[in-house]
Amino acid sequence: MNGLIVKDLGMTYELPNGGSVEALRGVGFELAAGEMLTVLGPSGCGKTTLLNIVAGFLAPTAGKVWFGVDGAKPVTAPSRERGLVPGREPGLVTAPGRERGMVFQQGALFEWMSVADNIAFGPRMRGAGKKEMKDIVEQYLNTVGLAGFGNKAIYELSGGMQQRVALARCLANEPHLILMDEPLGALDALTREKMQSLILKIWNDTGKTIVLITHSVEEALMLGQRLFVMAPRPGRIEREYRLPFASRGLDGNLREIKTDAEYVEKREEILSMIWEMEEEIMGRQERAS
Amino acid sequence: MKWLQIALVRLGLRRSGEDARKTVSFGDPAAARGGYFWSFVSVAAVFALWYVATALQWTTPIFLPPPSDVWEQFHATATEGFRGYTLAQHIGVSVYRLLVGFALGCLIGIPIGFSMGLSRVLRGFFDPIVEFMRPIPPLALIPLMIIWAGIDDKPKIILLFLAALWIMVLAARSGVQSIRLSKIHAAYTLGASRTQVLFRVILPNSLPEIFTGMRVAMGVCWGTLVAAELVAADVGIGFMIVVGGKFLETGLVLVGVIVIGVIGAAIDVGMRKLEARLVPWKGMG
Repeated sequence: MNGLIVKDLGMTYELPNGGSVEALRGVGFELAAGEMLTVLGPSGCGKTTLLNIVAGFLAPTAGKVWFGVDGAKPVTAPSRERGLVPGREPGLVTAPGRERGMVFQQGALFEWMSVADNIAFGPRMRGAGKKEMKDIVEQYLNTVGLAGFGNKAIYELSGGMQQRVALARCLANEPHLILMDEPLGALDALTREKMQSLILKIWNDTGKTIVLITHSVEEALMLGQRLFVMAPRPGRIEREYRLPFASRGLDGNLREIKTDAEYVEKREEILSMIWEMEEEIMGRQERAS
Repeated sequence: MKWLQIALVRLGLRRSGEDARKTVSFGDPAAARGGYFWSFVSVAAVFALWYVATALQWTTPIFLPPPSDVWEQFHATATEGFRGYTLAQHIGVSVYRLLVGFALGCLIGIPIGFSMGLSRVLRGFFDPIVEFMRPIPPLALIPLMIIWAGIDDKPKIILLFLAALWIMVLAARSGVQSIRLSKIHAAYTLGASRTQVLFRVILPNSLPEIFTGMRVAMGVCWGTLVAAELVAADVGIGFMIVVGGKFLETGLVLVGVIVIGVIGAAIDVGMRKLEARLVPWKGMG
């Protein structure tokens, strides 16, 4: 019931000089509850635009997004809690809502709050009591492996630890869908791999639906049950994969999987696909100038 | 000898840790940190030069009285007073004007700056007023203030208020606009309302820039204070300096100047301490 339906999304920006840019065209897919989707593509392919539309930060110029409804039929009454306005189409995404959480690349934590206060932010906003917040903080500090760090200041933590806090802050609000915008983009390779395991584990333990955007082909292959490769101008879904590696990564060694023949083959295939897209963009730019 | 080592490090005469092993120090910010010993040297040098210059009579006392005369003058104004008020009273009145004007500037300037940072309409509305008023030196407004507000405390406070106002408007505006959009987005996805976003995200995020603005405004207010007390005043540090200048009582002028310098520096140090306490994350985002 907590599935995501994205239908025929299009996004055309009007430019101040009267022209327009088509950032997305005809993007549509359905994501079942508990699925993990990764989205990959060269810069300018509209993957962040897509995520921002699903989060409710941007209104698309064509198409619609529904969340939390079965097919097009409502399974729950519309409520403000779900970011929905009574009387409107049930499940239609028109604004950010607490059922769709988001983890950003670094810099979205609140530096003026302690780690604990960052994690308790969502519960506090809905008016949770002191005791409840304390329990929630405790629980999610444990989930992300930061037990005992509650009183630390954000700027005292390393980049990897900060992203753990960001993950805990998002989870503490109990969203049904978690959107991740290159959450590991600024981390070093080792920390990144640890965080990938953590994301897999959380996905498995909580059964959340996750959409993760990344620049890294390896990460997209490793984490995604489903993987979209997007192409630019206009942004669209070029290829879709269904992958076994995320489920295997749960009880296996991530690095072992990364040397697996199937994994390597897919990686090379996608890399050359993106390589070609980049080449084409460069060529177009050269011709234009 | 451990205490000596600690003392030397504190005074900036000895480097410690990695700094002590660096082969390249020219251009390294750490090389220019904490030279407190040299601060003592500079203060001592100024007094020494002052003393020598007067003792050897390089100048006349009207031009530069010796330190002892200035000290006596200080003592006299502190105990007997000057023109019916003791030094403490002159200082009290000046600091009162300063703080009221400055506080009003903050109280009104910060909300205006916030509204400009949050709304296109209010930004457009206030922009010409701010841009027009900002470059006008407060001193140029003194005649107007006297015509409009008379000669008591009011015109002086209004002048100080205006000196602080535009600085605080701009500081608050840029504080609001310095936020990363992802922080705002994060707050909304976590279920915050607009009011909650304003008070729990935008406001604390802008505090570092507001603090910087307050320190700048405080400096400018001191500069304006003496000018505000130039005209039609009968009490205040600025008044004391002006009268001292008129009657060639150089000692009195120096007492006023030193008092302003010391109080101004003390307030700035206090504000820096407060800043370190209230916005420890400054520059760490």
